[in-house]
Amino acid sequence: MDFNDTKEQAMFRAKVKSWLTANAQAKRQGLMAGTQEDRYQQAVDWYHKRYDAGFSCLTWPKEYGGQGLSQMYQVIWNQEVSHYGEPDEYFVIGIGNCGPALMTFASEEQKQTLLPRMARADDIWCQLFSEPGAGSDVAGLSTKAEKTGDEWKINGQKIWTSGAQYSRYGVILTRTDLEVSKYRGLTMFMIDLKQPGVEVKPIKQIDGGSHFNEVFFNDAVIPDNYRLGKVNEGWGAALMVLMNERLANATAAPDGFEDFLNWAKASDIDGVPASQDPIVRDKLATWYAQHAGVEATTFRMITAVAKGGVPGAEGSLGKLVGASMNQEIANFVIQQLDAGGQLTGDESTPLDGHFQSAMLMAPGIRLAGGTDEIMRNIIAEQVLGLPQEPRADKGIPYKDIPSGNTGA
Amino acid sequence: MNFEFSDDQKLIQDQARQFLAEHSPLTATRGVMDGQTAYDSHLWKSIVDLGWTATAIHEQYGGLGLGSLELCVIAQELGRSLTPIPFFSTIYLAAQIIQQHGNEQQKQRLLPSIAAGETIVCLASSELAGQHLFKAKQTQYSNRRLSGKKIAVLDGVKADYAIVSATDTNKKHSLYLVNLHQADIQRTLTPSIDSSRPLSSIEFINAVAEPLGANDTASAILTEAFDRAAVFTSFEQLGGCEASMQMGINYTKQRFAFGRSVASFQAIKHIFADMYVAIELARSNAYFAAWALSVNDKKLPLAAATARVSAIDAYYFCSKENIEVHGGMGFTWEFDCHLYYKRAQLLSSIIGSSRWWREQLVSRLLDE
Ligand SMILES: Cc1cc2nc3c(=O)[nH]c(=O)nc-3n(C[C@H](O)[C@H](O)[C@H](O)COP(=O)(O)OP(=O)(O)OC[C@H]3O[C@@H](n4cnc5c(N)ncnc54)[C@H](O)[C@@H]3O)c2cc1C
Repeated sequence: MDFNDTKEQAMFRAKVKSWLTANAQAKRQGLMAGTQEDRYQQAVDWYHKRYDAGFSCLTWPKEYGGQGLSQMYQVIWNQEVSHYGEPDEYFVIGIGNCGPALMTFASEEQKQTLLPRMARADDIWCQLFSEPGAGSDVAGLSTKAEKTGDEWKINGQKIWTSGAQYSRYGVILTRTDLEVSKYRGLTMFMIDLKQPGVEVKPIKQIDGGSHFNEVFFNDAVIPDNYRLGKVNEGWGAALMVLMNERLANATAAPDGFEDFLNWAKASDIDGVPASQDPIVRDKLATWYAQHAGVEATTFRMITAVAKGGVPGAEGSLGKLVGASMNQEIANFVIQQLDAGGQLTGDESTPLDGHFQSAMLMAPGIRLAGGTDEIMRNIIAEQVLGLPQEPRADKGIPYKDIPSGNTGA
Repeated sequence: MNFEFSDDQKLIQDQARQFLAEHSPLTATRGVMDGQTAYDSHLWKSIVDLGWTATAIHEQYGGLGLGSLELCVIAQELGRSLTPIPFFSTIYLAAQIIQQHGNEQQKQRLLPSIAAGETIVCLASSELAGQHLFKAKQTQYSNRRLSGKKIAVLDGVKADYAIVSATDTNKKHSLYLVNLHQADIQRTLTPSIDSSRPLSSIEFINAVAEPLGANDTASAILTEAFDRAAVFTSFEQLGGCEASMQMGINYTKQRFAFGRSVASFQAIKHIFADMYVAIELARSNAYFAAWALSVNDKKLPLAAATARVSAIDAYYFCSKENIEVHGGMGFTWEFDCHLYYKRAQLLSSIIGSSRWWREQLVSRLLDE
């Protein structure tokens, strides 16, 4: 066991540091300011700049826009960039989820043309899995793909698709057989979203933003060579995407700790430094232990992946701990501020209203990428191997399973 | 021992509930949230007609002279329906402060018109995020004039009067009454988590003011006023908790995943069981505080702090888990879950936040 950088890693870290010093914006007040469009554009610019300097998708092979380095280098990058105010994880869904799916299933030519463009944010990608009637139980989805000649016709609706309004492409999971059990009738594709059969409608979130969308498919067309994996073997392919999502989440999901620490160091409560307040100190201890624990667990997971393992269900742990912690931290800090803690976007609120925004985003983070309850089920059943709950949908053809609202 | 509301009080509650179910839909709350108005004046007028603003004001000042218990049951229903009216500022706080500490002239001038719903009064005391309002002493009073800036004032945009804490030339911290319809005042609407009950900042630039209550008693009066308001608020919070839990139960019963109703998963049932426990503890603590308030028992300070701490915790829990059990739908603007989540935040902070009340609870407990 060794937590220090190797010589090569140390050299890489130094190179990253000096590049970031020259090129990245410092963490600053007002990062949350500006419109959603402003922030999107900022992210695109950052991804261009980072790619052109050779710091994008470090673990991807060079011919696909990466650097062919091990996960450890990605960790080094993440650690260093986290000291800056750049939107380094903005397109994590495309790169973290869709990227590996293409890597495994797309043709060589597709990989060479599409992946570098994804890495540079020349094309934005989204993940089209969840549907109105199928979220936690995503295998219960109903969007249909029907084959005619060399093409597939897509009809149905997706929902909660993050970033669809900016996306050129998506990875979509569809139903291709209604007669077999639900896991066996799914097929995965990539889809070009800029076509007449696709309509994207942003959904307003509780924080007033609209990052996620409804996406409607009305005879949308997918060529058969956009299929990812075999027909009716989409569930296995989707699991791979979801597993990568958990790995991406484990390293990218905010747990709020850095901001809490910054607040504690920089703020006063009733004229006394927050860092001297016993209640704050107690919370620092609790949350640091969790934060550090998740980080170290992630390293253990990365080590296992580096030795050839696949990212396992253990990745659920970081997401489960971090998402709730993020919410508890926001609530705690607001409760230290008296009535002024209710103000949003006020220059007098600590970290420029960060905790108020976090308070409003936090419930979504607990849901996205699998809810708290689903994370616990995964840990209990897949990690610990506990007996599964009796399954109401087992062995029943897809079309006979009650789903969605009112079970219709 | 009789730990229950009377039949008359229950009747008032039932009527309030029916009235609000019909006349205070959440679309009214959303109207204010979307910034169309500062409060729903139409609803305000109807609850005035029902006598709610007059409930706990003495008869000699145009009120109904009922006790605080009647106000508690009304508060619970207002909390359930998130009714967007300036009841908190004007009735729980201002009317109580004026009735307890105003001079005869002030009482006669203000209480009848508060009871009649014609005057809205806000409390302007906070000056800085991260500072308890009792420590906010930058606002200056001298020679019947007041200068300084107050923040996070509930109903400040539309109020007719403000009760303002300020420091005089002898460094004494006292309350003052300020007519807000004068030139030397600037009010600015400030965005906040729960915009269905807007907050504003108020800047006083040498504005005319008159003392309210004895000199050097700002903290004493507010401590007592907050104890009373904490009891009413805990009933509002209770109403909000019940509504959140009911929403979650209704939704998960009809939502299916993995071939069965989401409400049938034990993980989800346990969330509701935890909500229930939090609500019942908050309810019992609120009832005890209501009793202590109604007979002015010496246990009131501890009881009020206890009710407030459990209500803050219960509402935060119920409103956030209501979003969770809704899945993605709970995170949308369109569904109503966030209205409760945001109101839970506002009510947790507005008369001193959780931090201050926990400290109050402990020091009062240790002093017993
Ligand atoms: C901010 C955000 C971004 C998102 N981005 C994307 C995206 O880009 N692409 C995409 O495809 N999806 C996306 N999603 C969708 C997300 O994956 C789903 O919302 C999530 O999986 C829950 O599904 P649901 O909304 O249908 O809720 P439901 O599945 O209906 O869940 C309702 C409740 O039931 C519980 N529940 C369900 N099954 C069980 C069980 N077996 N045991 C115990 N409890 C259970 C859930 O935990 C939840 O509390 C996003 C969601 C959010 C909030």
